[in-house]
Parts: sequence; C-alpha cells; structure tokens
Amino acid sequence: MSVKAILGKKVGMTQIFDAEGRVVPVTVLACGPCIVTQVKTVDKDGYSAAQLGFEDIKETRLTRPEQGHLAKAGVRPKRFLREVEIQEGQSVTVGQEIKADVFAEGEKVQIAGTSKGKGFAGVMKRHGFHGGEMTHGSMIHRKPMSAGATDPARVFKGTKRPGRMGNERVTQQGLKVVQVDLDRNLLLIKGAVPGANGGLVLVQKSHH
Amino acid sequence: MVFEPVSRALARRKTAGGCAEETNEGFNQMANVITDIESAQKKESVPAFRGGDTLRVHVKVVEGGKERIQIFEGVSLARRGEGIRDTVVVRKVSNGVGVERTFLVHSPRVDKIEVMRRAKVRRAKLYYLRSRVGKAARLKELRTDQPAGK
Repeated sequence: MSVKAILGKKVGMTQIFDAEGRVVPVTVLACGPCIVTQVKTVDKDGYSAAQLGFEDIKETRLTRPEQGHLAKAGVRPKRFLREVEIQEGQSVTVGQEIKADVFAEGEKVQIAGTSKGKGFAGVMKRHGFHGGEMTHGSMIHRKPMSAGATDPARVFKGTKRPGRMGNERVTQQGLKVVQVDLDRNLLLIKGAVPGANGGLVLVQKSHH
Repeated sequence: MVFEPVSRALARRKTAGGCAEETNEGFNQMANVITDIESAQKKESVPAFRGGDTLRVHVKVVEGGKERIQIFEGVSLARRGEGIRDTVVVRKVSNGVGVERTFLVHSPRVDKIEVMRRAKVRRAKLYYLRSRVGKAARLKELRTDQPAGK
C-alpha cells in the first residue's frame, strides 16, 4: 500500500445531492497527481518520510539546487514539495505517482491548510472574549480588560492579547470524503476545509 | 494558480496575447470545475415561473419502503438562488391552515413542477400574502402568450 496522503488545491465550495436527494455541502479539492520525489529512511535520514511533489511549473522558476534535487529523482519541475510520514505497512518508491484514488468514498481524512489571514485582530475576534458593555457609559466595548495581576509587575507569556490572527497552519480532522473523481483529479469533501480558495492543502488519512 | 502582480498583468495586457502560459489558465480551470459539478446536477428542463405563479410540485416521498409521488399545489411566494441552489417557496391553505414548503428546484426529490396559473404581480417576494385571507389573497391572472418569469 502506498502512502495515504496527497497534495492539492482548494477550488471552492458547492453543494451536491446524495443518493437520498439530501443536499450535502462540499469543498472541491483539485488533488494531485503527486509524484514521490524522495524517500527518507531511518538509516539515512534518521526518520522515515516520503516527499511529494505537486503541480508542474517551468524549470526556470526553480533555483539550481531545486532543479538538481528533482533531476536526481527524475521528476519534472514541481511547485510544491511536502513531506508526509510513512505509516507501517506502507511502501513508496521514488517516481511513484499518487492520485486521488488513494482515498475512497466515505473515508475519514484530515486536511491541513493555511488559514485565511485576519490581520491584527482584537481579543473578541481572536480569543472569543465577551467584551464589555456597549452602553451605559462603559467605555470598555471591545477591550481586553486586565492583562494580569499587579504583583509580578509584568505580563505572563502566553497571555491572550490582541495580535496577528490567521495565516497559520490549521489541520481539520474527521472530514468525510464524499466523492472521488479520478478523471478530473478531484476530491469532494463534506463541509469546509481550512484556507482560502486556491490554497495548498494536504489531505491525509485521519489519525484518529 | 498564481496571483500575478498588477504591474505585470498590465504589461501583459499591453503586449496583447503575450505569455499567458502558466499564469491565468489554472485559475480559470478551477472556476470551471465548480460550474461543471453544478451543471451536471441541474435538471434539463425546468419551466419558467416566478413569485405569484400557482405551481403544482410533484414530490417523491418514501412511505413504508415504497416511493410514491405526492402533489403539493399552491402559490409561489418567492424564488431565490440561482443554478443548483435555486429554491421556491410554495404556500397553500390546507383546512384553514397556511402551509408553506420550500423546494429545491433541481432536487432529485422534486419529480416535476407544473405551472398552473400565472399572476400579475409587482414584486418578487409575495410575503404579504401570508397576512391575507380569502378574497384579499387573490392575485390577478396574467394572460399572455409570453412566458412569465425568467
């Protein structure tokens, strides 16, 4: 069995009708085909992983070291290279092609993407604080209130405060594959998937 | 997909038909995928209708393991959404009780929609009919050879 992981791009959301005529909200992912560009082994690299390449680009877009790395594997230039863990009982070889059919309909997967950047966000949006009263002259509408006790004379690390939100790796577990379209290299996933349309996603077998 | 810088996009437009090779093609393909998935599920023919029209909706219902067709006839109050998300709200008065159902026009559960009568209406959403009873809830029939609605 090859690795159960594939790289893809989020195309967008739509809805489909299932066998009973119910509407299922789905996210369409354009997945693969991915090529195994390198196999890392415990003996050589200290850990076991498969490096997947996704999306063809012009050779001139790559740096010389990148070109050399892919030439060694005998693979056409790729935009994205990502490593995935090799689970027990899985075997991969360099140059092996991984397509959307590594997943079956009804299977549970976990999907990692880069969440949409929200910019500098306040505590209500970023941490779900309730905020203060809007009226009665409260003057503390969306403020974070206290940042801690006075005695330590400093703010502890990790205190929830305003700051940059989003644009980070988010993994959503337990998502269901609704449809696999091998002709068009598509995976239809029930529900939402992290990230913006066009963003890179990594689909893997759910770890739980 | 690549978001190319505005400056380069402009430069490309100036040279007209320059190298669009790996820039926009992927993005357009992706947009088409969604359209393809949606249009593949759409029904081939749906009659033209709009708010105010009296519709006869043939709904597939499963009863005791058997499937049969149930007809729901009433005035459509609103049609909203487009493409695969197209829905219609149908209202009828059953035993003195107003009953409203929302149907997905392209749902496989909806077998057929028949337009029984068209009405002359001046707005798209006819929610005001809910508060009207009897004679006041009437709509003037539209008599024309032109199909009403979309």
